[in-house]
Amino acid sequence: MSAETQHPFTTVIGLEVHVQLQTQTKLFCGCITKFGSPPNTQVCPTCLGLPGSLPVMNRRAFDLSLRAALALNCKIALFTKWDRKNYFYPDLPKGYQISQFDLPFSYEGHLEVCDPKGAFNPRTVRITRVHLEEDAGKSMHDETAGTADSRIDLNRTGTPLCEIVTEPDLRSAEEARAWLNELKLLLVYLGVSDCNMQEGSLRVDANVNLHVPQEDGRIAKTPIVEIKNMNSFRSVERALIYETERQWGEWQATGAEIGSMPKQTRGWDDSAGITRGQRHKEESSDYRYFPEPDLVPVTVTEEQVNEIRSAMGEPPSVLRKTLADRWKIPANDAGVLVNQGPDLVQYFEDLASRVGEGKVASNWMQQDVLRTLNERGGSITDFHVRPEAVADIIARVQKGDFDTSRGREIFASVVEKGTSVAEVVAGMGIAAVDDGDLRALCEELIAENPKIVADVKGGKEQAAGGLIGKAKRKNPNVNPAKVRALAIELIQALP
Amino acid sequence: MTLTNRSAAELASALQNGEMSAVECTSAFLNRIEATNGTINAFLTVDREGALETAEAVDEARAAGKPLGPLAGLPVAVKDVLCTTDQPTTCASKMLKEYQPPYDADVVRRLRAAGTVILGKTNMDEFAMGGSNENSAYGLVRNPWDLERAPGGSSGGSAAAVAADMAPLAIGSDTGGSIRQPAGLCGITGLKPTYGRVSRRGLIAFSSSLDQIGPMARSAKECAMLLQTIAGHDPGDSTSLNIPVPDYLADLEKPLQGLRIGRVASHFSEGLDPEVAEHVEQTFTTYEAAGATVHEVELPHAAYGVPTYYLIAPSEASSNLARYDGAHYGHRWDGTPSGGKGITDFDSPLVEMYCRSRAEGFGPEVKRRIMLGTYSLSSGYYDAYYAKALRVRRLIRQDFSKAFENVDVIGGPVSATPAFKLGEKTDDPVAMYLVDLYTVGANLAGIGGISFPCGFTKSSLPVGFQLQGPALSEPLLLRTAHQYQQATDWHLKRTAALSS
Amino acid sequence: MPTHDDAEPSLTREDVIKVAMLARLALSENEISSLTQELTQIVGFVSQLSEIDTTDVEPLAHPLDSQNVFREDKPARSLKTADALRSAPRHDGECFLVPAVLGEASSA
Repeated sequence: MSAETQHPFTTVIGLEVHVQLQTQTKLFCGCITKFGSPPNTQVCPTCLGLPGSLPVMNRRAFDLSLRAALALNCKIALFTKWDRKNYFYPDLPKGYQISQFDLPFSYEGHLEVCDPKGAFNPRTVRITRVHLEEDAGKSMHDETAGTADSRIDLNRTGTPLCEIVTEPDLRSAEEARAWLNELKLLLVYLGVSDCNMQEGSLRVDANVNLHVPQEDGRIAKTPIVEIKNMNSFRSVERALIYETERQWGEWQATGAEIGSMPKQTRGWDDSAGITRGQRHKEESSDYRYFPEPDLVPVTVTEEQVNEIRSAMGEPPSVLRKTLADRWKIPANDAGVLVNQGPDLVQYFEDLASRVGEGKVASNWMQQDVLRTLNERGGSITDFHVRPEAVADIIARVQKGDFDTSRGREIFASVVEKGTSVAEVVAGMGIAAVDDGDLRALCEELIAENPKIVADVKGGKEQAAGGLIGKAKRKNPNVNPAKVRALAIELIQALP
Repeated sequence: MTLTNRSAAELASALQNGEMSAVECTSAFLNRIEATNGTINAFLTVDREGALETAEAVDEARAAGKPLGPLAGLPVAVKDVLCTTDQPTTCASKMLKEYQPPYDADVVRRLRAAGTVILGKTNMDEFAMGGSNENSAYGLVRNPWDLERAPGGSSGGSAAAVAADMAPLAIGSDTGGSIRQPAGLCGITGLKPTYGRVSRRGLIAFSSSLDQIGPMARSAKECAMLLQTIAGHDPGDSTSLNIPVPDYLADLEKPLQGLRIGRVASHFSEGLDPEVAEHVEQTFTTYEAAGATVHEVELPHAAYGVPTYYLIAPSEASSNLARYDGAHYGHRWDGTPSGGKGITDFDSPLVEMYCRSRAEGFGPEVKRRIMLGTYSLSSGYYDAYYAKALRVRRLIRQDFSKAFENVDVIGGPVSATPAFKLGEKTDDPVAMYLVDLYTVGANLAGIGGISFPCGFTKSSLPVGFQLQGPALSEPLLLRTAHQYQQATDWHLKRTAALSS
Repeated sequence: MPTHDDAEPSLTREDVIKVAMLARLALSENEISSLTQELTQIVGFVSQLSEIDTTDVEPLAHPLDSQNVFREDKPARSLKTADALRSAPRHDGECFLVPAVLGEASSA
């Protein structure tokens, strides 16, 4: 639950998100951006910052970042330029980062997040700006090696990054997490980034403080804290919850307000579950921004913006409605499916078109496919049971070979054994029950269940349902609907 | 006449005719270097083996009847600011002592493809910062016309090499006058092309929006030959112009009838040496005799060129030189604690490593400019200094555009004085900065400029004349200079200060 | 502390040390003294630009008005690790080695 219900303050959260763009090559050179390669194998004079090296802008990176900005409802600057952000760090070989300062290519957007479970009201988060910049490398310090050295791997330097900065519009850790999920979904759907925090293609820093209403009507604000080093959306949530409580305690103890100290940076320690203050970086914050002389400005026309907008594909918010309309499934179903990502939606649509019925396909997706994936792990693209197989099972159920619950057992078996539907069906000894056997079985049931017969005869047709379970125990392959229909028919025909 | 006295054009002819082999030609210049470099110190490295190898390969190709370009077999000296894979590239700094780049500059690639013989890397002011070549970490360069005087800078080594017949052709770089001014002080011809005409890839950056690479030789025609090879679009340089390269030799002989030359009255102020003024005025007269007309033009903000330059260039330099921090290449402090006082308080061993490596690796002028640039970009000062300079830059560019509505080229001095004595200006940074008075405008505006000899003082020191033209007017500049050199012979004179 | 008004700007020793730290230069005592003087002189010299009225004049960062220079997103050959590390003052065959970078990560 949000802290608002427990404490008399408002938590105010803004996020700064960096996403690596899904290009083949780096922002300013042709080195590839593959994750996890051996150190310093994807470097060249440009990204190494060797003397005399020069940057040239990756067109696709610019296009993808335009796409991201449009998806985030941003205004696009028709004239944009690059700037140098100057500071010294071993993972930044040029001694400056090429970024955007005063004329970012996009600004003033928004992204809404809803909680279908209703834990919070829909929240629209305003986006201050989205700009394009290059990533730095990695420094690794091996404590155990006992040396006083850090090891620098520059494979990552020059990777294209979109920096997305929000206004402080979020009001709880929960909202923040949900919003990040929505952002990730959006960018994955649009092919902008794979937003994989484990691989560093999405990074988040959070800015948080508290607004405490005073008795005299004034709103006192605690100093803003920047939280870094959160490695998952769950960490973000946990860190914000912790930090909120910590700041509340600090406020009660010291009453320190915003402006009374320089902005603090705290690092999240996931195992300890706390944030720790980091050293103040006083002078390093003078980045001496100036226009990048090695890159020329970029102008964008309205036509180009429209082109990118129309080629963009559907963002999740639109797709949820489209899916619901196209396949006649409830909004909630569509939401669940879309939230699993484009690969699962693709699987679903494949299944639904084979089955011809959206709701049935949706049920199978949620109750069987998704559940299985959650239990076993793995992605829908790696899932060995393909839509054709599931469609096959559903078709047999619809034909009457067996009922849905039997069908689900078959599915589970296909998952486990890895064999085909036909093989599993044959293996289970499932054969269609022929009409003669069915009639004989029904007659047996009628003979054995006089009470039920009497009830049905007396007008309570639904009592026939009590025969289904018994029929299945005699022969698991019977189609319950057929049993019911035939039993009622036979009973009514009795004198 | 010994080989090394001949012009590049004559040598090219001789090579093409088979009168002489590339090996003979190269050997002659290598010997000349050996005989004179101890005195002049124009070369930092000489690649005897590599040069002869290249020469041999050219001779073999010629013997086999393979097609060769006009420069094949001609020796060239390359300023040590350009990356070469087979020779160290030091920028005359301790910071890059013995530094070996893993790639060739685009210009070097073109020179190699043209079959030129790269003799070695020439001395320069450290990181191209200076106007006298007294800022080199590997010793100053002497002016071949008077060994007690400076050759100018920062391409002092390249200028002296050509003036002393150590190389018929040389490559320099020009950020505020570093080709044109030393060419003027050494009695040779040097061209700064329009910004973007020649690729900066592999040019170790001093001030990225001002730097350009250009040819230096005994005459405009030879500069044209060299420019033809090094000019052209490079997709690896975002500031490289994607515009076709004209034939720079095609119209050199076209008469100057009707050419309008601008003369700027404010150039002839009290700071201008009277002998220089005299020769410059005479040059205008020579042009009039050839059918050109001279018109008074104004460059209202010319006086502000030097302060504008000395804000923009150090600011960009302070950023460009941040990469020299001892971390990935270049000089690193060896960890020996220094006994001295001064800045001794560091946040961490890493910061100490940065600070000491840079303090050790850079010379005084480089440090001065890094400090100036850092200051002018820093928080609170950016608007008054750097941003202000960028605005004045636009006014300076506008001045030129306006002037070129009425004239085709602007003529005038390239330097207020002939070569000054070594040590004369080293104690006064601002005095040294003012040597760039006539040259910075072209860099700020991005236009082209050429300087060539127009006379000698009574003490036999060369006097230079500069022509500046609109962007991409290299053909006109070269032609105008060439025609002057057809009518005069200043460019053929050679120093008597060195034993031949 | 230098002012930004019409008075002749002059740098103090503290200014010089502050700038030196920003620029990562371990200046010696002599250098601090001489630079304090020299920079004051130079800054005084360049400050004459304040005489010029530049209202409504846009800054000119690039001398020629090019725009929109791009390259295609196609892989090009990278350097071999050995070449990338060749000029490194210290390396371990895989990575550059520098004095320990403690605590803070890069701003990106």
